[in-house]
Amino acid sequence: MAVKKETFSNETQRDYRSNSLFFLTMRNLLKQRSAIVGGLILIILVLVAIFAPLIAPYDPEAVLIGVEDVKKRADPCIHLLGCPEDQPQHILGTDGNVRDVFSRIIFGTRVSLFIGFSTVGFAIVIGTFLGAVGGYTGGWLDNLIMRLMDVLLAFPSLLLAIAIVSFRGRGLQNALLAIAIVTIPVYARVVRGSVLSVKEQAYVAASRALGGGHLHILFGRILPNAIPPLIVQGTLGIATAILDAAALSFLGLGAQPPTPEWGTMLGSERNQVFTAPHLVFFPGLAIMITVLAFNLLGDGLRDAIDPRLKQ
Amino acid sequence: MLQYTIRRVLLAIPVIFGILLVTFILARSVKGDPCKAILGEKATQEVCERFIREHGLDKPKLVQFGIYMKDIARGDFGESIRFSRPVTTILIERLPTTIELSVTALVLAVLFGIPLGVISAVKRNSIVDVITMIWANIGVSMPVYWLGLMLAYTFALLLKDTPFWLPPAGRLSAGLVAVPFFEVWNWNVTEGTALYGILDFISHMFVFNSLITGDWEVLKDAVQHLILPAVALSTIPLAIIARMTRSSMLEVLRQDYIRTARAKGLQENFVILRHAFRNALLPITTIIGLQVGILFSGAVLTETIFSFAGVGRMLFEAITARDYPIVQAFTVVIAMIYVFINLLVDLSYVFIDPRIRLD
Repeated sequence: MAVKKETFSNETQRDYRSNSLFFLTMRNLLKQRSAIVGGLILIILVLVAIFAPLIAPYDPEAVLIGVEDVKKRADPCIHLLGCPEDQPQHILGTDGNVRDVFSRIIFGTRVSLFIGFSTVGFAIVIGTFLGAVGGYTGGWLDNLIMRLMDVLLAFPSLLLAIAIVSFRGRGLQNALLAIAIVTIPVYARVVRGSVLSVKEQAYVAASRALGGGHLHILFGRILPNAIPPLIVQGTLGIATAILDAAALSFLGLGAQPPTPEWGTMLGSERNQVFTAPHLVFFPGLAIMITVLAFNLLGDGLRDAIDPRLKQ
Repeated sequence: MLQYTIRRVLLAIPVIFGILLVTFILARSVKGDPCKAILGEKATQEVCERFIREHGLDKPKLVQFGIYMKDIARGDFGESIRFSRPVTTILIERLPTTIELSVTALVLAVLFGIPLGVISAVKRNSIVDVITMIWANIGVSMPVYWLGLMLAYTFALLLKDTPFWLPPAGRLSAGLVAVPFFEVWNWNVTEGTALYGILDFISHMFVFNSLITGDWEVLKDAVQHLILPAVALSTIPLAIIARMTRSSMLEVLRQDYIRTARAKGLQENFVILRHAFRNALLPITTIIGLQVGILFSGAVLTETIFSFAGVGRMLFEAITARDYPIVQAFTVVIAMIYVFINLLVDLSYVFIDPRIRLD
């Protein structure tokens, strides 16, 4: 095609890179400082979780009394910072059971990431199913599902989780289930919204005209539209899930000792805050950094995927 | 307006029904023998049989649910296992503390969150904006109990012997008593009446009570005890409100009518407050209403940290002691308050944005 060269005078190079949603999003994402920061922290956290046994100097559940000369709730001792060489090194000190706090925090990364991904994964699967069925079929079934979701949303989510766990029995498994249940409505609504918005589109009608079955249309044609908002919501949801799970554990309802879970660590030493503040400070800091990473990444993803918010 | 109100109130009814149903199912899903779960492991066979008969636990589930709804409608939440007293009485004793704490926290969050959000939006990418947004991001990521403990450590220990010292626990220092205002004013109310209940409820808000009775010593002490929990509790709502205000303002400031307002020579402050902020208020109000849920959940954690004798602290103790009637009552009451407040928020839309009336 003969196009006048002047037209392209401003665009010296044409963009031949892929224009798929994935690559567009990735490119938008890399333009955002907060998303990069969040993503980098997350990568580090994942690496820490994978290589925890290599990073942690001690077994996170090992009681060191009698093993080496260290007191319980000892202050941090770092050789580089002037701690006597003859004392064993505990970067973040030891806890009330004489365990190495640093090792526990490192292994806690595994627990927290597992909590985040498993609860949100579970909630997304159930929420997608409910939202898709409701939005696609409509009618009384849709009404029933959405009223049920309204009821779940009528409770402050952490409180409902607390109630579920206190009635169903404490423990990490029930805590995860509770947190997943209270977040299902969020995903159900997101999926239902995107199903409703494309259900009547011409390409769906075309697929139907070609003889596509309901399952094929729903999963192959409609649901892919819900993936971007689900990813955004899921990333932000992981942040909330980790925060809520830590709160449940802090109250003694979630992970039980000696599991190296940050909320449990914080909760069991909270009365020592005046005598051994490091036992409270570092687990809390770990929770905050992890939650912050997911929040930053989620915000960045939302801005990258939703072009309306681009400025 | 009336029609909108009625429709909105009617819509809340199935939700309240749902809340009752969910809590009923939860309460009946306690593992093991319900009688032993409620009366404790030591309950004998005889006691259990009488308990089951009295509470209708031998009747069909549907009938049980009916009894449950009837009891709650009468304000009867059963008896606390640990205290052997009606749960309703305990709730009424403890609720004012939590209300005082939550309201203070919410006021702090709104008072600081909205101006910070507005300034951030108007002076976009300025130092104020960048710092506010970094803080907002950190604020929503912070465990509230961790912040509370760190505040307690800083203000009660590190700043000891300075004028900034603040107490880390309790509502009043030992030896101080908040005399109820109706006793100070020699009102003649008999204990046990509804009026006494209401007055007693109000007088349990120590800051308010000492303020109206003019007891400055108690007021100062009560405020000192309230500051740390309220600040800790307000952090997350503050961050969320600031963020929402900023994005809502940014959205409005892009509109044509803002340019028009500026073009006709209105003062910038006037444009921002009357033209922009007024229109940005709707989503901000919605998000403030949703904060009430965060405040109540946060109150459980904050009150636990600061030994603040409200319903949150009570819930924590009840969970530890497996005092199921209290856990159940607390969940129902808080969910009802949450629904009610969000109903108020929905109704307030009409005043904030008159166009909604047409809907």
